[in-house]
Parts: sequence; C-alpha cells; structure tokens
Amino acid sequence: MSLFIEQILNGVQLGVALFLLAAGLTLIFGIMGVINLAHGSLYMIGAFAMAWATARTGSFWLGVPFGLAAAALTGVLMEVLIIRRLYARDHLDQVLATYGLILFFNQMATIIFGRQPLFLAPPSELSGFITLLPGMQYPVYRMVIIAAGLLVAIGLYLLIARTRIGMLVRAGATHREMVRALGVDITLLYTFVFALGALLAGFAGIMAGPLYGVTAGMGEQILILTFVVVVIGGVGSIRGAFYGALLVGIVDTMLRAFLPGLLRHFMAGQEADALGGGIGSMGVYLLMALVLAIKPKGLFPAHG
Amino acid sequence: MDETCDIASPVKRRRAALLVAVLAALLILPFATQALGYGSLTSFATRIVITAIAASSLNLILGYGGMISFGHAAFYGVGGYVVGILYAHARSGEAIWGLMPGTSDLAVTLPLGLLVCGLLALLLGAISLRTSGVQFIMITLAFAQMIYFLFVSLKAYGGDDGLSVRRRNEFFGLDVRDDTRFYFLSLGLALLWFGFMARLVNSRFGLVLRGIRQSERRMAVIGISTYRYKLAAYVIAGMGAGLSGALMTNYARFVSPDMLHWVQSGELMIMVILGGVGTLLGPAIGAVVLLSLESVLAAYTEHWQVILGPFLVLVILFWRGGINGLISRLTGARCE
Repeated sequence: MSLFIEQILNGVQLGVALFLLAAGLTLIFGIMGVINLAHGSLYMIGAFAMAWATARTGSFWLGVPFGLAAAALTGVLMEVLIIRRLYARDHLDQVLATYGLILFFNQMATIIFGRQPLFLAPPSELSGFITLLPGMQYPVYRMVIIAAGLLVAIGLYLLIARTRIGMLVRAGATHREMVRALGVDITLLYTFVFALGALLAGFAGIMAGPLYGVTAGMGEQILILTFVVVVIGGVGSIRGAFYGALLVGIVDTMLRAFLPGLLRHFMAGQEADALGGGIGSMGVYLLMALVLAIKPKGLFPAHG
Repeated sequence: MDETCDIASPVKRRRAALLVAVLAALLILPFATQALGYGSLTSFATRIVITAIAASSLNLILGYGGMISFGHAAFYGVGGYVVGILYAHARSGEAIWGLMPGTSDLAVTLPLGLLVCGLLALLLGAISLRTSGVQFIMITLAFAQMIYFLFVSLKAYGGDDGLSVRRRNEFFGLDVRDDTRFYFLSLGLALLWFGFMARLVNSRFGLVLRGIRQSERRMAVIGISTYRYKLAAYVIAGMGAGLSGALMTNYARFVSPDMLHWVQSGELMIMVILGGVGTLLGPAIGAVVLLSLESVLAAYTEHWQVILGPFLVLVILFWRGGINGLISRLTGARCE
C-alpha cells in the first residue's frame, strides 16, 4: 500500500514537470501559432546552467536563479533571432528550423560538457526523507518539486486569469488581429510569452537535474512525452495541459512500476520484465490513441 | 502548376535531357568509380539510392498530401526489422510464434516487409489522421517513439543493441553480397518506386491528394471522402519507407532501434525540404545533398551537427523551394 502511494506521488511529480513544459509549449502554440521543437532544449539548458553554476559556486541556491536566467535568456534570443521569422510560415518550416536548433544545442552541450551525464545531489536542506504515514517515507526533494510545481501552476493561473498582461495573452490567443488593431505592442507580447515558456521549461529542467542526471538529449525524451500531454489535453489549452500532465505522469509511472509484477503472475520473470517494461513505456502512447479515438481534439479543446 | 507548362516546351526538354544524363551516370557509376579507384563510392551511392526511396515516400504524404508526419522512421525501421527478424529465425531454425519459418530470401522478406509496414501504417494512420495540423505532427512523432520503445524492450531481438544480419539476403538465388550487384538491385527497385510515384502523383488519386493539401474543405465539399484518400496515401508512404528500411538492413547488415529514432524521421524530413517539397525528384536530390554533407562534415569534425543545425535554420529562413527550385530557376522553368 505504501509502495502504491509512493508511486502515485512519483507520478504526480513527473506530471508536475510535464505540466511546466506543456504549459509553455501550448501557450506558445496557442498564441503565436508556432510549434517549437526546441522547447526541450530550453529544459536542457536550464539544467546544464544550474549544474554548472552549482558546481562553480558550491551552492544549489545560486545555481537555480542562474539556470532560470540562462533558459529565459536563451528563449528571448531564440525568439528575437529565429522564431519571430517563423510566425507567418507553415508548421513544416517551424518544425525543421526548430529541429535544426535541437541538433545545435544538443551537440553544443556534448562539446562543452561531454557525453557522460552530470549527476548532482539535491541540496542538503532538501535531502533526507519525511514520514508521510507511519512506516512510509518519501524523499523531501521530490515533495518539494511537487509543491513548487503546483505553486507555479497556481501562479500561472493567476497571471493569466487575473492580470492585465494575462488578459492580453488570452486576447492574443483568440483575437490576434483585434489586439494588434487596439494598439498593443504584439511583438513585445510575443517575446514575453516565449520567455515565459522558456522560464517554465528551464524551471522543469532545474528540478529534474538532481533526479535523473543532466545529459545532452534529455530535452527530447521529455519533449515527446510533453507532446503526448498536449495532444491528450487539447492543443492550446492550459487547463488541458494540467490534467493531461497529471494523467500521463501517473499512468506512465504506475505502468512502469507495477506492470512487470502483474505479468509475472502469468509468465517467466525475465520475459515478464522485458514485456512489462516494453508495454509500460508504450502505455501513455496507447492512452493517447484511446483519448483521440474518443475525442479527436483532446480532453479540453481550447476553442469550442 | 504543371498544366500551364507546354509538353514540348524547351524547359521540359532540358529537364528530360538532364534526367537521361543522370540515369546514364547512375548506370555507369559502379564501373566508373572502380576504374578511377574510388570503389567505396559505390557503397555510398547504394546508401543514397536506398535512402532516396524513404525520402520520396515521405514526400508523398508531406509534399503532395500536406500531412506533416514526424514519425516516418517507424515504417523505415520496422521494414528493417522484418528482414532482421526473419534472418535471425532462419539462422536459429525456430519458427516465428511457431507459425512461420525464418528466411533470408529477398523475394519473401521484401513483400513481407511491405505488407507489415502497410498494415502498421493502416493502423497508426487510421488513428493519427483523425487529427490534423500540429496535433498530427505530435501524434505521429509519439507513435514512432512508441514503436522505438517497443523494439528497445524486445530483448529477444537484441533490444538496444540491435540485430546483426551476417549475410545479405539472396534474391531468387542471386547472390547480392557483391556490392555492385546490390547497387543495381537497389537502383532497380528505386527506379521502380520513382516510376510508380511519377504515375501516382499525376493520376486522379494524386490530383485529389494535392487538392487536399490546398484545401481539404474544398475537396470535401465536392464530395470526396478526404480521410480515405489521406489514409491510402499514408499506407503507400509507409510501405515505401518499409521497402527502403528492408534494403537498408541488407545494405548495412545490421538493424537497431536507431533506425526507428525520431532523429531518423527528422533527417528524412530535411531531405524532402532540401530537395524541394512536393516535387518528384526533390527527395532524391535531398538525399544526395544531406548524406554527402554529413559525410563531408563528419570527416572534418565529429560534432558536425553543430554546423548542420544552423545550416538548416538558415536554409529554412532564407532559401525557399529547396534545391529543386534552384534547378528550376537555372533551367529557366517557371511552372513547377
């Protein structure tokens, strides 16, 4: 039972990270109409910058703002230099240009940091375990990730639902031309949205670093899961991204954790592990297929 | 569009002459390279010819049909695995699921690869094509990744490490271990494929497909069931990629999950774009350019992707129409 709760929490933790990425991806798509494959690169850049600064300064707490700044700055540069020219282009051009960016960023990361993953321990304040139930312990760091991710989700909701800039963002998503006609500096708004997405991606990368290690190509592994989230939740919908992320995070974690054990009741241990592992990693894609078979526009379509 | 082009126009004649010249060059290539002492070029040319089939198959849905699939490597890799798995069973003597014996005869492995890829494309396409636009890009990528994970977890067939195919398949008893023979076999199949494509895109089916790219709603309004046409194109494209993958496994004597990786899908897309989207021979030109560029850059530095990435960005931002567009401009064509 405690194992079950622990895996649920792990699922929520993965879901929270996926939400941070999916929210940015879906905002950028919803508002600028751009599909940004290099979103995963921003996640990787956040993680690498944080790992580098932490190693340099010896302090996790200095590493975090450095990682955030690096991701956001890269995002702004990317938007101003390249993405901005792609708004009027079709999706194919956007996909290929941002694919070129992935090749560049991944290879740069390999050149600078090598092929070996960097591992870094969570800060000492956040290491150790807390007791959730009698006899059930859970790492503090993972708990903090869940809390931080949920706080960011609430903050994002307030930003978009309650502030003037959020109003512009929402208006820009549905009535782009009208917002422009009303004299809003849409170029600046776009850069802001892109930077916000980069910041969220960088934050997700920073939190994931101490858990999974920092390595070139880490962005694409999670980017593809993020796509699954966005498709399931409905493209352009932040609410959909939130529920989709939790669903994907929990389903993926649970299948990987429990499917081999379940299959072992029916077949030999080794085969069960192999097959369970395989189906476990395919599970979320099958979930996506199922959702699309019922609701082709995802669970929470953005417009209508 | 082509309709405005007069068949007997000098442009067409110049293009035809160019095509004949290229064909002649392809036919004498193995002999010429051997005579000149660059024998390994034949092997490289074989790789290009095989890859061109996959790029061309992607071009059918991407260029003519407007369906931006980022998961084409799924069919390419599965086609490769059909050959690899059949070979593994032929060696071990175990039947597959106790039903079908393994084989290493291309006359069996190729059709079977096409069949498997066609069925897979039918299944994945039927689901993916319920979506469109950006969702279609994401879902095709996700499904390809699913297949990738499936093969990584299949430890019986090598998992991460892949499968070696020690000997190339035979073809009706013809031994194609010889590189020149395998080159001509691949070239022959590629010419068949491109001939098929040429007929297909100019048939009624092809016209409907192009119409769907321009405006799916318009095609639906004139009473065409667009979903069926798109699905049919998707299946044909999947089979083409399967053909290419099956040949590639024979060429490399090896198949691994790398063939299914999303980077492979990305490379195929780049070839289509470089060559010129929605043109018959564009993907072949793209395959030549990208593979040559890669091997030149790789000889210069192992981090060649640092150069390729920005190059790609620049091509997309500033150079539209691809290389085929450039050739059209050079030969004076305005109607492609």
